Amino acid sequence: MHNDFHHALVVDNELCYGCTHCMMACPTAAIRIDNGKAVIIDERCIDCGECMKACPVDAIFVEQDDFKKIFEYEYRIAIVPAVFLGQFSKKISVKEIVDAIKETGFTHVFLAEESAEVINEVMLNEYDSDRERPLISPFCPAVVRLIQVKFPGMVENIIPVKTPVDSTAMYVKKYMQDKGLPEKRTGIFYVTPCAAKIAALKSIPEDEIVINGVINMDMLYNKVYHIFKTRKGGNTIEDGSFTGISPKVLKWSLTGGEADNMKGRCLAIDEVHNVTKFLERVEDGDIINVDFLELRACDHGCAGGVLMTENRFLTVERIRTKADRIKEDLPEQPIEKYHGHLKANAGISEIEPRSMFKLDEDMEEAYRKMQRIRHLMCFLPAIDCGACGAPNCQSLAEDVVKGKAHLSNCIFIQRSMEKNRKLSNEHAIRLIEKVWGKDRLDKNCNKKGAENETD
Amino acid sequence: MKFTYTIEGGDFSKAGHASSSVKKVLKQLNVNSKVIKRIVVALYEGEVNVVAHAYRGKIEADINAERIYVRIEDEGPGIPDIGLAMTAGYSTASEKVREMGFGAGMGLPNMKKNTDELKVTSEVDKGTTVEMTTYLK
Repeated sequence: MHNDFHHALVVDNELCYGCTHCMMACPTAAIRIDNGKAVIIDERCIDCGECMKACPVDAIFVEQDDFKKIFEYEYRIAIVPAVFLGQFSKKISVKEIVDAIKETGFTHVFLAEESAEVINEVMLNEYDSDRERPLISPFCPAVVRLIQVKFPGMVENIIPVKTPVDSTAMYVKKYMQDKGLPEKRTGIFYVTPCAAKIAALKSIPEDEIVINGVINMDMLYNKVYHIFKTRKGGNTIEDGSFTGISPKVLKWSLTGGEADNMKGRCLAIDEVHNVTKFLERVEDGDIINVDFLELRACDHGCAGGVLMTENRFLTVERIRTKADRIKEDLPEQPIEKYHGHLKANAGISEIEPRSMFKLDEDMEEAYRKMQRIRHLMCFLPAIDCGACGAPNCQSLAEDVVKGKAHLSNCIFIQRSMEKNRKLSNEHAIRLIEKVWGKDRLDKNCNKKGAENETD
Repeated sequence: MKFTYTIEGGDFSKAGHASSSVKKVLKQLNVNSKVIKRIVVALYEGEVNVVAHAYRGKIEADINAERIYVRIEDEGPGIPDIGLAMTAGYSTASEKVREMGFGAGMGLPNMKKNTDELKVTSEVDKGTTVEMTTYLK
């Protein structure tokens, strides 16, 4: 799985003005500034979306399929995560939301977490395996990638099971087939709350692809919200009887959604920096006797996804309220007939490590590079200003040793070179322009906060 | 490459600082993650030992492309019977330390298990020196 490390985050060079906010926010130091624009380093990016959240001018976006693509199919299926239901006021019922989604052009709507019961069962079965503890959920693709690049020694802790959306997509496909609807005329679209899910879906090998396209949640939000705002007639009151989804399924993507349903000592940790710090301690052998870790890259789980429009605290509260209103005796769901099939096909191949730290495959060469880095650090100022186009001095030193940057990119090194007459004024300007763009030193009153600020 | 760290007796919040830092270096050197884990576990145990038993200590890690050599030297009460201290489950840790989840008597045995070469020398009322070597390939 994920042989092809597809990325969904893209920098819009028209909008980006090289402000370094994203570079400084990135938890894996995956961004550099070159020629005045942010550049994402593929090997390091985990698609967590922190850069997008940090960008002051919305220059980082999540690529998606053209919405019109859904109309290439006769049967248009939307797989929608539960957090979408928390985007709207409590006065709007689940049924109304589903109806509005259909009004945008879909013929069928399924909840992405519908298969969570199956996934839960498969994960619980792992307790009897000799897999390294703590077991780690593969739910959040950004976390899986974080472990691959930053904690390669812990990939074996990840339970090799499908994410609910993958399993649900498999169910939807089979359900439609069994209804006699031709596969070729059926298009399955996933409405994503984040970049990581798209990146993961697009990295699935060609022959295993079930989902035909991805729609960003903010785009669907606008379409659905528009329907609510322009239609006539009053709202109906939520009766909690929509499709009979269980509270567990509804809350699965929120923080604690998985941990509350696993066995033994389970912890739920959200937000990418919190996750990183916790994994550091697990890796150090400092945290023992934990059975299961639910790790999510976003604060408040998927409610904090980068493509969510509504405030994450409100989203969580609304979903919890909806879950509380669900009656206990739920009718049997169509998905239950497919339980065995989904369970038998829930496995995925083991997650491969792909360390971003290693300076070289060859240990001796890595050692030499490490020595050089340590030597370069003797000269760098250690104030992590980012003026070289790298997020900190250590990153610049590593880039220099890897042949991807020059030590003279550092403005402090430039001063000292000028002092020692090893660098001419003209050359220093050229160096600045190389990183920050040709016109960066010119007066520009259109920039954010300046006299003629334009937005 | 040499790395040095200091440890203050009783300051458990800082235990793990050296092992965490050494871990980062080993990751950059592309050392197998199983080997890294052994080294980190042994070093962490060593750090905790100094914090739990000694007044202060110093760690020196010397890394080259072949092996890592760690020397943990402390000023402390010393170990009267090293053979006994190497026995799994034997502990002299105070009640206070045990309450914090340390002092199970697995420190030195765990270090021995996770290093290729372990040497412990000690002088009562002066201190203890632990030397550990682990080969990186």
